[in-house]
Amino acid sequence: MAEDAAAAEAAPPPPTPMELLGQAVGSIPGITGVRIEGGELVARVGRESVLTAMTALRDDPRFAFEQVMDICGVDWPDREDRFDVVYNLLSVSLNQRLRVIATTDTVLPVPSVHTVWPVATWWEREAWDLYGIIFSGQPDLRRILTDYGFEGHPLRKDFPLTGYVEVRYDEDRKQVVNEPVRLTQDFRSFDFLSPWEAMTTLPGDEKVFTERAAEQAKG
Amino acid sequence: MSETVGIVPSAKTVEIESHSINFGPQHPAAHGVLRLILELDGEVVERADPHIGLLHRGTEKLIEYKTYMQAVPYFDRLDYVSPMCEEHAFALAVEKLLGIAAPDRAQWIRVLFAEITRVLNHLLNLTTYALDVGAITPSLWGFEEREKLMEFHEAASGARLHANYFRPGGVAKDLPAGLTDKIAEWAETFPKFIDDIESLLTNNRIWKQRTVDIGTFSAEQALAWGFSGPPLRASGVPWDLRRAQPYDKYAEVEFQIPVGRNGDCYDRYLMRVYELRESVKIIKQALAKMKPGPVKVQDRKFTPPTRGEMKRSMEALIHHFKLYTEGYHVPAGATYTAVESPKGEFGVYLVADGTNKPYRCKIRSTGFAFLQASDVLCKRHMLADVCAIIGSLDVVFGEIDR
Repeated sequence: MAEDAAAAEAAPPPPTPMELLGQAVGSIPGITGVRIEGGELVARVGRESVLTAMTALRDDPRFAFEQVMDICGVDWPDREDRFDVVYNLLSVSLNQRLRVIATTDTVLPVPSVHTVWPVATWWEREAWDLYGIIFSGQPDLRRILTDYGFEGHPLRKDFPLTGYVEVRYDEDRKQVVNEPVRLTQDFRSFDFLSPWEAMTTLPGDEKVFTERAAEQAKG
Repeated sequence: MSETVGIVPSAKTVEIESHSINFGPQHPAAHGVLRLILELDGEVVERADPHIGLLHRGTEKLIEYKTYMQAVPYFDRLDYVSPMCEEHAFALAVEKLLGIAAPDRAQWIRVLFAEITRVLNHLLNLTTYALDVGAITPSLWGFEEREKLMEFHEAASGARLHANYFRPGGVAKDLPAGLTDKIAEWAETFPKFIDDIESLLTNNRIWKQRTVDIGTFSAEQALAWGFSGPPLRASGVPWDLRRAQPYDKYAEVEFQIPVGRNGDCYDRYLMRVYELRESVKIIKQALAKMKPGPVKVQDRKFTPPTRGEMKRSMEALIHHFKLYTEGYHVPAGATYTAVESPKGEFGVYLVADGTNKPYRCKIRSTGFAFLQASDVLCKRHMLADVCAIIGSLDVVFGEIDR
């Protein structure tokens, strides 16, 4: 009996369907690092192999991701490849989801997947508009959400919340004019991390340790 | 005007025979601020190029500068026809990252109000869609019925439209006394109203001439173009997130999912009519299964204490102060959480970095995918059909432009 219990403990639990899917997805060339994060399957893909990997994910009956529900950028300015391009895929026939993440920077293009899913065109236009991510092979890379003649990519972390220009209608000139933003009050951003040390470190109070580490590093 | 990258401008000039017209940005049938540039051959649409972004308010950028609790009202203002369903997606996403679950009663209230919101949305869509193709009566009747539902919204949340009611961790406050009886009473009389609307439209000769076989989409096309919700089901794909990936208490209610066959404007209309009936069923079940209990997580690190507690307890006062200034910190992580909003899949891709503000909050709006397909849907149709197609897609620019 005791041996049985020990054997049962030693034997790993049978893989869940999501783990099996993850293993299968990991076998696609170009896909690295398949992980389950918070109950969701996340895979990373090399920039060059986006198109082949996505085609495989759509066409292989094991995956059957007929739909790309969303493509978006995420900006991490401290990284060398500062942008994440996130593809959220959905398989209607197998009822499964997968998130695929590629990385890029401001100049390297990501292959467009509009040939795999035609809906990708507008998501890619949006990522170009808001982040300046370039998609190669996308014939319609116009701005989409911002104004005609807008400059810059507003969702980048280094783009100020207030923007650079404000628009108003000029009664004298009888036209809409763009002017540099003038604020009557400076934008206020509060630092919510507590600088004090307490008896127990609560979430959000870690600042005291980071500051101490910085002081020690200084000398 | 437009900006392109990676395309070498060709020196050759191309003469275009067709003439193009500007549909919108202010057009009663554009359902908001849609600028549609139509290239016409006579009265036949050759190409439709939607220009969106005229209502762009930078919601995603603003949310990055707000605490999680302050971000909720932005979701009301996305799809202002079904505000509570948008909040639902955000609340579920934050709860997932925090690792908390709303109490039972809160989940039932959310299901109840998500369905009331669905009825609200479909009533607006069906009636204005009918108005676009020339039928005035449904909108007069439908708006009267919407008014009753708006009052339920007001009774529960204090606001008719921008509710700010579904919060991460539950709902803002419990239902006032007597509201469930009023909703139950309404649910008894509402099916009669659906019959009335159907008697105006479903077998109406003019209505069918304007919608049957207009803007057809096959199941394959609908999937490839990222469709979801009623337009996807109208094309014959039995897919509903409430059934396939149930959230809150949807796993415990019984309802049917209508599925169409032809994928035309008429089927998209029928889907919504049937969904109205199913929503009433879900509302009745939610009312029957709802039990008294707490309506938000009892952990004061995430939800505020009651007013009474605050008057007596110092700790409660501190919690209240901390929540409404600093908010709560969400552990680092990312999630894509989607709900079946009345229009289709509404998703939130939320990236948290451990602070009290979202690092990135991408909003997957439903109408964005629908509107993109309008070029394919409108091709080789008459100009007047464009109104019918846009009406049948149920687009709202608050969520498309964000």
